[in-house]
Amino acid sequence: MHGVIDPATADLQPKEEAHGKLLEVKDLTVEFVTRNGLVKAVKNVNLTVAKGETLGIVGESGSGKSVTSYTVMRILDRAGRIAEGSIAFSGLDIAHAPESQMRDLRGREMSMIFQNPRAALNPIRTVGRQIGDVLMHHLQADPRNVKEKVIDILNQVRIARPEERYHAYPFELSGGMCQRIVIALALACRPQLMIADEPTTGLDVTTQKAVMDLVTELTRERGMSTILITHDLGLAAAYCDTVMVMEKGVVVETAPAEQIFRNPQHPYTRKLMRATPRPGITLKDLLPESEASSSTSVPFPLPNPPPQAGEGAGDALSVGDPLPLAGEGREGAAASAADIPLLKVENLLKEYPRQGVTGSFMSGLLGKKGDPKDTIFRAVDGISFEVKKGESVGLVGESGCGKSTTSTIVMRLIDPTAGKITFAGEDIGAIPAKDFAHHPMRRRIQMVFQDPTESLNPRYTASRAIADPLLRMGGMSGGAKMRARVEELASMVGLPGDLLDRFPHQLSGGQKARVGIARAIALNPDLVILDEPTAALDVSVQAVVLNLLEELKHKIGMSYLFVSHDLHVVKLLCDRVIVMRQGRVVEEGTSEQVLEAPKDAYTRELLSAIPHPPV
Amino acid sequence: MLKLIASRLATAVPSLIGVVIVTFLLTRVLPGDTAAYFAGPAATPQAIAEIRAKLGLDKSMPEQFVDYVSALAKGDLGSSLSTGQPVITEIATRLPASAELTLAGLILALVIAIPFGIAAAVKQGSWVDHSCRIITTAGVSLPVFFTGLLLVYVFYFKLGWAPAPLGRLDAFATAPPDITGFYLIDSLLAGDLETFRASLAQLVIPALTLAIFALAPIARMTRASMLSVLSSEFVRTARAAGLTPYKVIIVYAFRNAMLPVITTLGMVFSFLLGANVLVEKVFAWPGIGSYAVEALITSDFAPVQGFVLAMAILYVLLNLLIDIAYGIIDPRARAEA
Repeated sequence: MHGVIDPATADLQPKEEAHGKLLEVKDLTVEFVTRNGLVKAVKNVNLTVAKGETLGIVGESGSGKSVTSYTVMRILDRAGRIAEGSIAFSGLDIAHAPESQMRDLRGREMSMIFQNPRAALNPIRTVGRQIGDVLMHHLQADPRNVKEKVIDILNQVRIARPEERYHAYPFELSGGMCQRIVIALALACRPQLMIADEPTTGLDVTTQKAVMDLVTELTRERGMSTILITHDLGLAAAYCDTVMVMEKGVVVETAPAEQIFRNPQHPYTRKLMRATPRPGITLKDLLPESEASSSTSVPFPLPNPPPQAGEGAGDALSVGDPLPLAGEGREGAAASAADIPLLKVENLLKEYPRQGVTGSFMSGLLGKKGDPKDTIFRAVDGISFEVKKGESVGLVGESGCGKSTTSTIVMRLIDPTAGKITFAGEDIGAIPAKDFAHHPMRRRIQMVFQDPTESLNPRYTASRAIADPLLRMGGMSGGAKMRARVEELASMVGLPGDLLDRFPHQLSGGQKARVGIARAIALNPDLVILDEPTAALDVSVQAVVLNLLEELKHKIGMSYLFVSHDLHVVKLLCDRVIVMRQGRVVEEGTSEQVLEAPKDAYTRELLSAIPHPPV
Repeated sequence: MLKLIASRLATAVPSLIGVVIVTFLLTRVLPGDTAAYFAGPAATPQAIAEIRAKLGLDKSMPEQFVDYVSALAKGDLGSSLSTGQPVITEIATRLPASAELTLAGLILALVIAIPFGIAAAVKQGSWVDHSCRIITTAGVSLPVFFTGLLLVYVFYFKLGWAPAPLGRLDAFATAPPDITGFYLIDSLLAGDLETFRASLAQLVIPALTLAIFALAPIARMTRASMLSVLSSEFVRTARAAGLTPYKVIIVYAFRNAMLPVITTLGMVFSFLLGANVLVEKVFAWPGIGSYAVEALITSDFAPVQGFVLAMAILYVLLNLLIDIAYGIIDPRARAEA
């Protein structure tokens, strides 16, 4: 082993390259040892990063973009290894450098920021000490001045009150703040190269903008090179000089950012471009050209959503199923679809005891009363809205704005503090949440969850998952009839029948999303609450799922309450949009009004924060 | 932290009341007539009835219960029928013996199991990992009386390194003044190194026997917990920041991996304390386990009730300690409290 390294140690010292290349990867192939043999995660990748350049690596899950960057840092897990190719960093042979030298490089010369900042930080060590660990390890500080230096760095990443935050644990900070700490960790030793692996996935758009602007500013002023790994073309367009597109471990296209968006060469790049939601397009535009023109089987918007659209399934459902009010609701909808609100929420209020209020229970017992503002947090602060029959309403806002609380209350999973919820003429707000599960109304409201993987029972096959509502509330108990209904639902959501007997871990993200949707529509609900149903999906899968949802809505005649943080996605699917902030509605109107002529300053801020390709 | 302790103790009160009721009822429904047992096989029915009246066993169950609880409130756990000693003094002398043995065994197990578990996780699939698996499997599958006898055979009978397995001190030594009840600590406090050495010599083999049994769950849990923490994202961050393997494994990974280990530790300790009857038998150790089993066999209520109550209180305190340890290690647990 050492014999191999020796020739390389001759030029281990970082040296200035004449042509300004900081990182050069040639013909890199990375293999993983798996139970099914060797798998090549990355095949013959070539890339260069010049000094001060920002390279974007764009691709969907499984494209090998993260593996490429981990290989550059040499932090692949033990199953992965470099099979072929070379990595030169400042003239240094990374592929063969000894581990001790890599340790010196990591953090000091090249560093990384990660997705999911909260998980990327040690939960039981104060953030100040975590930054201090890095500084001290690379001899940038000693025990006497480490605190001072850490606070200086916290200041640089714009953490307010850094002396206080020095002693904070990650769980005490917001997601955006945690990401600033991760950035501080990465920049602490002023490295030459920073790799940002999906640094803003899971953050709100305004936070994303703040974080990305900060990264750009800090790296630019230090003349650092950056590799930005993302699935979001818009983000790459806004922040990168060069963009490299990867698909299934192979680089399909590398070009200057401007050029790749104006004139994408590779079909896969074009497909990604099309699938990225952006202003001024319709749902159809998201699909690849070939599919968009061919799938005209369901022309939508349908002129008149047929009330008996779900009739094919209706016979199965009518077994022992009087469906109180359902008939009435549907007929009413058919008669005057536009007027009668299916769901009416009035002055909805949800209060929680404020976290970290010590002794609230004891003081409650002792009859002490503090200022209610100190002890009570209003997650939902008196909002009112309507969802009409066959209408899609988007509920938009950033995390903590109360949109998920609202949808959970409408779903009657939790009880509101005050307010009225009328669904199909019945005051369902008056039914306690714990009784609603057995209420006949329950089957008429269904939900599609954010994470398609987490929301499926891992021990249930796809068909069992879809059959679940049929068994519990559809009056079915197995047999050929149920199987037929499950197959029918699967074909409605475009899930191939032979996948029905698979378990969730054997399905792709898009297939799992389809299972979740099939389960939600199994009982022909009137209202489906979509809680960020595409947030965990790749853009091309998101495009397909959004189109599927639109198609199903017209087929079955459902209404949607679409909860999302992404205004562009909401606009594609929804007729009306409600923008929420801090538990209140700040703006409400048709999708066109809100997106094209936003009245509220906050809506404008949200819109401007969304990066999108220059098309 | 004080609030946490107070609230934990408060929540333990109902379970302690439950323990009092259940042990009282259980000892009453157990087969075997105490009065008949103590009257002897030749006793007349009249003599048995007299004894029963003397013991208060002729009263109704509620009355007996009221008697028991009011005595308990005064700190009176009753007296053992077979030895005539008050239960509270017996427990006070025997519990430290069991606790000393169990603690020594547990500490020994920790010292072996934790580094072993860490090494097995860090070098997953290596010879360390495999030998860890073999030793832990052996540890749980060999019964303690067998390992105990084996160790006595090898170290006392064959090699002669260990003293005779006859209790906490050999017959010629005198017990140190009673301060904590732990001979090792008491002898050190008294400055009596000779007694310290003698009691340590007595303790090593039984403690080792317990340790072999206890290290299996601890090593397994350490390994599993370390594996999951080592694959977590913050360990990756620490590696990407170039920190040394020592810092990554000990400061970043192990401190996080300790939480489930501590939970296991609490369970192992309480389990050992009650269940080391066999070790106490093999080594003639005057502990609480053998005391309780003997009492149970002779349908001697008072010691059994006293034993269960002492165990319950100990268990509550142990859980409190674990919660406090959690609070010290994990800031999130502190925040929740």
